[in-house]
Amino acid sequence: MAFEKDLNLDATELRLGLPGTSDESAKNQTPATLRSNNKRALPEESMSSNATASKNCDQETAPLPKAQVVGWPPIRSYRKNNLQPKKSEGEISGIYVKVSMDGAPYLRKIDLKVFKGYPELLKALEDMFKFKAGEYSEREGYNGSEFVPTYEDKDGDWMLVGDVPWEMFTNSCKKLRIMKGSEARGLGCVV
Amino acid sequence: MSEDDERQQSPPSDLEFVSNKARNCNATGSGSGHPELQSTYPDQVLENVLENVLHFLTSRRDRNAASLVCKSWYRVEALTRSELFIGNCYAVSPGRATARFTRVKALHLKGKPRFADFNLMPPDWGAHFNPWALAMAKAYPWLEKVHLKRMSVTDDDLATLAELFLGFKELVLVCCDGFGTSGLAIFVSKCRQLKVLDLIESEVSDDETDWISCFPEGESNLESLIFDCVECHINFEALDRLVARSPSLKKLKLNRYVSIGQLYRLMVRAPQLTHLGTGSFSPSDIAGQGDQEPDYVAAFAACRSLVCLSGFREIIPDYLPAIYPVCANLTSLNFSYANITAEQLKPIISKCHKLQTFWVLDSICDEGLQAVAATCKDLRELRVFPVDPREDNDGPVSEVGLQAISEGCRKLQSILYFCQRMTNAAVIAMSKNCPDLVVFRLCIMGRHRPDPVTGEPMDDGFGAIVMNCKKLTRLAVSGLLTDKAFDYIGRHGKLVRTLSVAFAGDSDMALKYVLEGCPQLQKLEIRDSPFGDAALRSGLHHYYNMRFLWMSSCRLTRHGCQEIARAMPRLVVEVIRSADEEEMDDVVGTLYMYRSLEGPRTDAPKFVTIL
Repeated sequence: MAFEKDLNLDATELRLGLPGTSDESAKNQTPATLRSNNKRALPEESMSSNATASKNCDQETAPLPKAQVVGWPPIRSYRKNNLQPKKSEGEISGIYVKVSMDGAPYLRKIDLKVFKGYPELLKALEDMFKFKAGEYSEREGYNGSEFVPTYEDKDGDWMLVGDVPWEMFTNSCKKLRIMKGSEARGLGCVV
Repeated sequence: MSEDDERQQSPPSDLEFVSNKARNCNATGSGSGHPELQSTYPDQVLENVLENVLHFLTSRRDRNAASLVCKSWYRVEALTRSELFIGNCYAVSPGRATARFTRVKALHLKGKPRFADFNLMPPDWGAHFNPWALAMAKAYPWLEKVHLKRMSVTDDDLATLAELFLGFKELVLVCCDGFGTSGLAIFVSKCRQLKVLDLIESEVSDDETDWISCFPEGESNLESLIFDCVECHINFEALDRLVARSPSLKKLKLNRYVSIGQLYRLMVRAPQLTHLGTGSFSPSDIAGQGDQEPDYVAAFAACRSLVCLSGFREIIPDYLPAIYPVCANLTSLNFSYANITAEQLKPIISKCHKLQTFWVLDSICDEGLQAVAATCKDLRELRVFPVDPREDNDGPVSEVGLQAISEGCRKLQSILYFCQRMTNAAVIAMSKNCPDLVVFRLCIMGRHRPDPVTGEPMDDGFGAIVMNCKKLTRLAVSGLLTDKAFDYIGRHGKLVRTLSVAFAGDSDMALKYVLEGCPQLQKLEIRDSPFGDAALRSGLHHYYNMRFLWMSSCRLTRHGCQEIARAMPRLVVEVIRSADEEEMDDVVGTLYMYRSLEGPRTDAPKFVTIL
């Protein structure tokens, strides 16, 4: 997806680790409880015909103490592949925020937990409200578009979507607003 | 239900059905369009009487018994059998079946063994519907109904059904594959009398054909449309129009590409529904049309006849209260795709006093099961599926939930329970509290897990089940099990017809106990258990009475299986190789053997060796 490059998330990401260290594991962290209760059942793990312990350890998800065996437990792959992660307003899972767009008569609600990062979120917003966000750059915000995605954070400040690292965003976003480009000037560019 | 196919004991081949005499076709509709001819022979009169009487026999076991009385009864039974059930499509050839039964209106056929569902069998093993479709096109042009389970059905087969059977009314495909939306499109467009199209847990490939639009215009006879397993987008507007012109529609199960807003529109169109699969039960990502959310509660309240509710494929629990109005009438509720908590379940289940069938995810935890036990006093069937089907996790349900169910739901007949831990005590309690159990399937997901409280194997628990549940016909065992458990099964499981074993037993004795002790055993599926050739030999007296035996990753050798094949000519002994096995290996990866009147099948793929 083109957005990934354009948003240049790596450069804007605030990290606690030393520069140059990989961020992969941090991105995939979820609270322990979340993992055991609400995690989507892994679809391919035990269904590949020669599943071995070594293969499974390569997965980014929780390391498995025992090798997963083909066809065990006896659940049809159809059922395994169809379980969705929990979507609820509960504290443990699901970050539901309202999304409004200037000029649109109604609000929508989305679950931020469903998205892995900004590109997915933006695509979903664009599909939902039928607009184009344009290209994002850290200096100039969203260029070349009529609408700009913004959000209100915990402190009540209105920020440009994409300015802070994804994790920080999902933790602090209270609501989203797709503003008219003209109103959004002056927002964002938080370095 | 396990039923007999063509019996091995059927009359010898010199007794052929002779149809020189004109048959008198009676008014009870066993055929259509046959000319009526009177005859003066007394035995003809007798046979006419018999025909009228036998026509009332519906149970196939009764019919099988009747057909053995004498030649006359055999002939007449064959004439009056309108629904043909064949439990193993390879047990008899299409030609033989159509030769014996000449007036069949409905065909029920089963193909692959159940363990194929769990990737234990390579794809393209067989069970092709095609030869049956062609044979029936010639023999039963008046065929109305086809019900297939675990068969490979192609788009061409679907076209055949629609084109060659003018009065075709019902198609039910359960766990089938091999076809796609283009096949569906042809089928629905040409099948003008269609009443039932049920696609259940089948794999349908997405050929990007808009099959919903292919239903013919004008009023439709549709009574049941089930497509919740079809993993492709559908044309909603076309579906909406279809529902609008199907006044007889009673069963509608949508796939997860139908949003809750769209569901609302369909429910408003069809408040007469008795069975509803809700689709995703969440809003679509695309912005909706109205300003406000529709009144979902009112839509459900309008469905006064709703007794069976399922779907909830991508549920947003906020919407659950919408179903409150129908809970009191529900006899069947399927939440097995809904990852909800006990708290979210309670307000629903507390209203479901009439519930008889309940499928759910273990996300509801023991607490949720306790809530079920508190309200659902009429519960007959319970299935608890795991959200996270891996071993060695802390499971949300345990012996606590099972105990609660056993105490609250005394009428329980069938249970399937996945868990990470289970005690003998809870299983024993269930055996005593639920004497009506017919099906007991417990899957302790950790292999070889003992009772966590006592450290003992699970022998006594399953022993109690076979001892106390006198009506038990289906059993699936798990956990740490010694030969003792199988001794119990052999001694007490006298009605057991289906037995599933995995990672259990210590020695050949275990299998011996079962094969020697269970006279009703029809279907035996075993995996990863230490049973060898000697154990296999102990079943020689019984294999002709069974539909099949499956043994994978056990201790069988080719040599041992060959012995069986030689001893029993009417048994087809298939050795199935997995991808990495060599043909010369003496060790048998998978044995699948079944009785058959036809000998080795001609459509076996390369990885199958028939001994």
